[in-house]
Amino acid sequence: MSIFEYNGSALIAMVGKNCFAIASDRRLGVQLQTVATDFKRINQVHDRLFIGISGLATDAQTLYQRLMFRHKLYQLREERDMKPETFASLVSAILYEKRFGPYFCQPVIAGLSDEDRPFICTMDSIGAKELAKDFVVAGTASESLYGACEAMFKPDMEAEELFEIVSQALFSSVDRDCLSGWGGHVFVVTPTEVKERILKGRMD
Amino acid sequence: MKLDTSGLESAAPLVGASSGFLDGFADAPSFEVPTTNDFDGFQKEAIQMVKPAKGTTTLAFIFKEGVMVAADSRASMGGYISSQSVKKIIEINPYMLGTMAGGAADCQFWHRNLGIKCRLHELANKRRISVTGASKLLANILYSYRGMGLSVGTMIAGWDETGPGLYYVDSEGGRLKGMRFSVGSGSPYAYGVLDNGYRYDMSVEEAAELARRAIYHATFRDGASGGVASVYHVGPNGWKKLSGDDVGELHYHYYPVVQGAVEQEMVEVAGA
Repeated sequence: MSIFEYNGSALIAMVGKNCFAIASDRRLGVQLQTVATDFKRINQVHDRLFIGISGLATDAQTLYQRLMFRHKLYQLREERDMKPETFASLVSAILYEKRFGPYFCQPVIAGLSDEDRPFICTMDSIGAKELAKDFVVAGTASESLYGACEAMFKPDMEAEELFEIVSQALFSSVDRDCLSGWGGHVFVVTPTEVKERILKGRMD
Repeated sequence: MKLDTSGLESAAPLVGASSGFLDGFADAPSFEVPTTNDFDGFQKEAIQMVKPAKGTTTLAFIFKEGVMVAADSRASMGGYISSQSVKKIIEINPYMLGTMAGGAADCQFWHRNLGIKCRLHELANKRRISVTGASKLLANILYSYRGMGLSVGTMIAGWDETGPGLYYVDSEGGRLKGMRFSVGSGSPYAYGVLDNGYRYDMSVEEAAELARRAIYHATFRDGASGGVASVYHVGPNGWKKLSGDDVGELHYHYYPVVQGAVEQEMVEVAGA
């Protein structure tokens, strides 16, 4: 089994009209054994910027701490928050630093720009950026997530509908994956507010 | 019209045709063995090809009122869940059940085969076969294919003239008599609940609840188990299906979500 699938994960980010949603499952396992069902994979970088990190949990946490460290230094020096595009480049650069001994992670970045334009992006473990206009997915349930999102995505959704679509896509996908699920964690971000929701799901 | 039953006849004896040693088993269907120089290598490849649905939780135990048998219903291929509605408890005859763990095809085929043998025994001897006899029939067949890649981990549970019977039989040739078994990737979790809650003098309701709980807890911890927890009871009058509960609902039945004071809140952003 691949080291990327050691802990199990499912991540999704989707764009709506002047808003975006980023969601993950809540499982932390060791291969098939479920260890925790309240694991946090999505982290808030600043008011309107989020990063979810799929893959090996230990690397995800280390990577997140390094990213936050760099972002805080940026804030101190520049006296402003990073733009999502800039942050994506930072993540990419930090990942490529470890080109020959990578973090076993696939990050998903989602943010709102100063002009309220949503930005989503994912990259592989060594920092190859993949920008998308509609949705990005990552984790052990990524194949199912691609299918679900491909079928369910509609352009220019409002925040509430976006939440519904993202949650349905997440659950229908993790219900086909042994290594992810056990509840969901969804953030819906609009120019005015951040809505965080913990979802009940199948616990098997 | 004549039915073509040639497919049901054994094609060739398993080992040497003149081997008197295997005469007793010769009526077990035997399959052609591949002609290859690297038999072990061939085996390994073949096993990978029909890589069986491995993840499972099944359990069975004897108590005052008979035998309780329970299982989950998930079939997985690697990390992918290929079905959530597999019938892992196989009805061999109205008095005997078999459980399925390991290769789905191997289990289904050999349980059906066992069903045929049990019926033939019944017709020849004018009485039902004992659980001991039936499990031995299966164990002997599986042993004759030992090392050839069969994957079967099963429990034979039933009621015969001697009362309740329970055997564990596997494709490695093992056959164990016991009061309490659990088989599959989720079995350690199921054993935890089962051993903790087991009493011989339980009522049918208590036993069913214990079996259901054990399966539920296994599906919770084991990624490869899930779906529906079905529970069967075998008593003096044969088996009866008691329940089939969706584990997704069972969780919130056992552990209702207590409404917290705050369900949503804006997160205070540090350093913004």
